[in-house]
Amino acid sequence: MKWKTEDGGWSPYLAGALVGVLAIVSAYATTQWMGKTNYLGASTTFVRAAGMLERTVTPGHVAANEYFTKEKVRVDWQFMLVLGIFFGALIASTTDKSFKLESVPPTWQERFGPSTGKRAVGAFLGGIVAMMGARMADGCPSGHGLSGMMQLSVSSFIALAMFFGTGVIVARRLYKRRGS
Amino acid sequence: MSIDQLLGLITGILFGFFLQKGRVVRFDKQVGAMLLKDMTIVKFMLSAILVGMVGIQLLTGAGIISLNHKAMNLGGVLVGGVLFGCGWAVMGFCPGTSVGALGEGRWHAVFAIAGMVVGAAVYAELYPFFKSTILAWKDFGKIGLADVLGISPWLIILVFWVGIVWLFVWFERKGL
Repeated sequence: MKWKTEDGGWSPYLAGALVGVLAIVSAYATTQWMGKTNYLGASTTFVRAAGMLERTVTPGHVAANEYFTKEKVRVDWQFMLVLGIFFGALIASTTDKSFKLESVPPTWQERFGPSTGKRAVGAFLGGIVAMMGARMADGCPSGHGLSGMMQLSVSSFIALAMFFGTGVIVARRLYKRRGS
Repeated sequence: MSIDQLLGLITGILFGFFLQKGRVVRFDKQVGAMLLKDMTIVKFMLSAILVGMVGIQLLTGAGIISLNHKAMNLGGVLVGGVLFGCGWAVMGFCPGTSVGALGEGRWHAVFAIAGMVVGAAVYAELYPFFKSTILAWKDFGKIGLADVLGISPWLIILVFWVGIVWLFVWFERKGL
């Protein structure tokens, strides 16, 4: 087993294990400094971002919305965590030269061609559906997949199986050319 | 910046660094796993879970941290899970990795991020409807597997470790 990949990345076993350590340290640190154990997650931040954007146009509407009130529209721990992911990936990719401007990923291009517009529409519509699903399931591959599984939550075992099972079925239909 | 925000930012930077180093944030790795051709993200996630579950259990057992299970809402998890899977396959990112993909230059992730913000806004509008329909089917509450099965969490962790390590060996043999 190699600890480095050909392109200078780390073995997924090593990088994953380090995220496991980070999750443990983070659970401890948030309990100590915030008074409540916080687990890694990402999708609630998109609700807060939507609320903040809407609030600039219709503040009253956001204040009256039950879901925004429930999830509390503010820049909290998780919001900064999601922002941090951007900077962490930026630092990692620019220091090992894996940073690359990409408008259409290879697997997409093979099936749907080099059009950036098509890719943009796919990513946008996929994003809408995925986020509605993540909010309905109350978590994404971070909140359910990592944090929930680590805690042995029943809901996370089922959610992760549904995420991946559906993903496999849809991806197979979407990216495999007929006959291949 | 408050201590909460600072802590979140530092944790996020490390999280994003490891995600990128593991090469799991990009579209081709995500879709590659769904096409069962490249198991990088599966190896990454399961490795994180194997390590994390031991530490979380130790700290919980010692009373240092507390668990926070997500509610086992049957309709939410089943219908939401299917919706997420559909969107994920087309988008090729999940909420956390989309931001990381943008960080490593895969700028088409901005469309995915914009879509997800819109999706969150739509969900907020439709929440009262979902709450009285799909989310009202059956809610088992915040339950853990060990309590449901009535066995020690350590036994589950042991079984999980044995099964996953076996799976990893199989991945490596098959060159996945």
